[in-house]
Amino acid sequence: MEFNPNKAIYLQIRDTICERILSGELKPEDRIPSVREYGASIGVNPNTVMRTYEKLTAEGVIYNKRGIGYFITPDAKDLVLESSRKEFLEKELPLVLRKMQLLELNPKDLLDQSV
Amino acid sequence: MIEIRNLAFSYGKVPVLKSISTDLEEGRIYGLLGENGVGKTTLLTLLCGLKKPQEGSILTDGENPFDRTPSLLSRQYYIPDEVAPVPMKAETFAKEKGRFWPGYDHARFIAIMKEFENDLEKKMNQMSAGQLKKTYISFALATGSKYLFMDEPTNGLDIPSKSQFRTAIMKYTPEDSTIIISTHQVRDLENIIDPVIILDRQDVLLNASIEEISEKLYFDYGTTYREGALFSEPLPGGFLQVLPNVDGEESKVNIEALFNTAHAHKTLIKEMFNK
Repeated sequence: MEFNPNKAIYLQIRDTICERILSGELKPEDRIPSVREYGASIGVNPNTVMRTYEKLTAEGVIYNKRGIGYFITPDAKDLVLESSRKEFLEKELPLVLRKMQLLELNPKDLLDQSV
Repeated sequence: MIEIRNLAFSYGKVPVLKSISTDLEEGRIYGLLGENGVGKTTLLTLLCGLKKPQEGSILTDGENPFDRTPSLLSRQYYIPDEVAPVPMKAETFAKEKGRFWPGYDHARFIAIMKEFENDLEKKMNQMSAGQLKKTYISFALATGSKYLFMDEPTNGLDIPSKSQFRTAIMKYTPEDSTIIISTHQVRDLENIIDPVIILDRQDVLLNASIEEISEKLYFDYGTTYREGALFSEPLPGGFLQVLPNVDGEESKVNIEALFNTAHAHKTLIKEMFNK
């Protein structure tokens, strides 16, 4: 797995899991791999994956059934949508807008591109 | 748990390690970094009991490794940089040697050898350097050892084997194991080593988890020069700069840049991480 140089790896792993929740690939009550399984499959230290799982647990996106593993919570998709929209509007959109300005593009030009 | 206290070692009059103190905890994969000749291999051989500390002490689960008790030896394995090309088939070698480790699992040895696409029937003295290294790595992982010491394990491994190595090291080690990997090939192991130990001439500059490093240092991958950068390196798309992390923002730790920063600012880094 290749990682983006800017973002801490545990956050990049979080983003990957969140995207799989948004796309519907991961559904409520689905089990996600154990810290070690996941670490081994992507070549990342289990402690790093543990930090991802701790963050997702704190965010209410996954929960731990003791001795069984980590599962997606019923509200995961709503929570991820909310936090991802916020992140997009606050962090990514300003970059997009700046780039559009540099390229002298209007929002209108984008509408023609989409759909 | 390995406790190292005021450890010193010299070769004749040449001091190599001078008063090293640090702890190595369970369930961690330590990356031991340092320039050539700072004593990484000496430290590994002291940890596994091949050398006797001249001053200070090492305690592995309360035992001095140099006592070389069977109970401790059967829970540890050391892979040196150069491994012996014995005139035996890999499978026979593993089966016979495995008897010394109560946790040895021959089926696991076969499984790891297969993952590495290594031939079990080949005589070890007829193997290439990489094949031989992979045989020893497979064996080490099959012993179920709690303490694994590896000196430059990715040296000589071909490209697919490096990623197989990263996977195997997590898949086939007990959860409470302490793994210490000395390496210059930090890019091979970037995402699997945590904590990082940087050994300097006679001293430990830093022994810190990736989390702690990212709390204290900020790795900026950008296009603008930042005031107060401790280290900067041009990249195809801009610079990589290392700064003290004042805003508490998280970034991805780049181990090469960390190493270079620690080298340029030894006292500062040591103070930063020894609070």
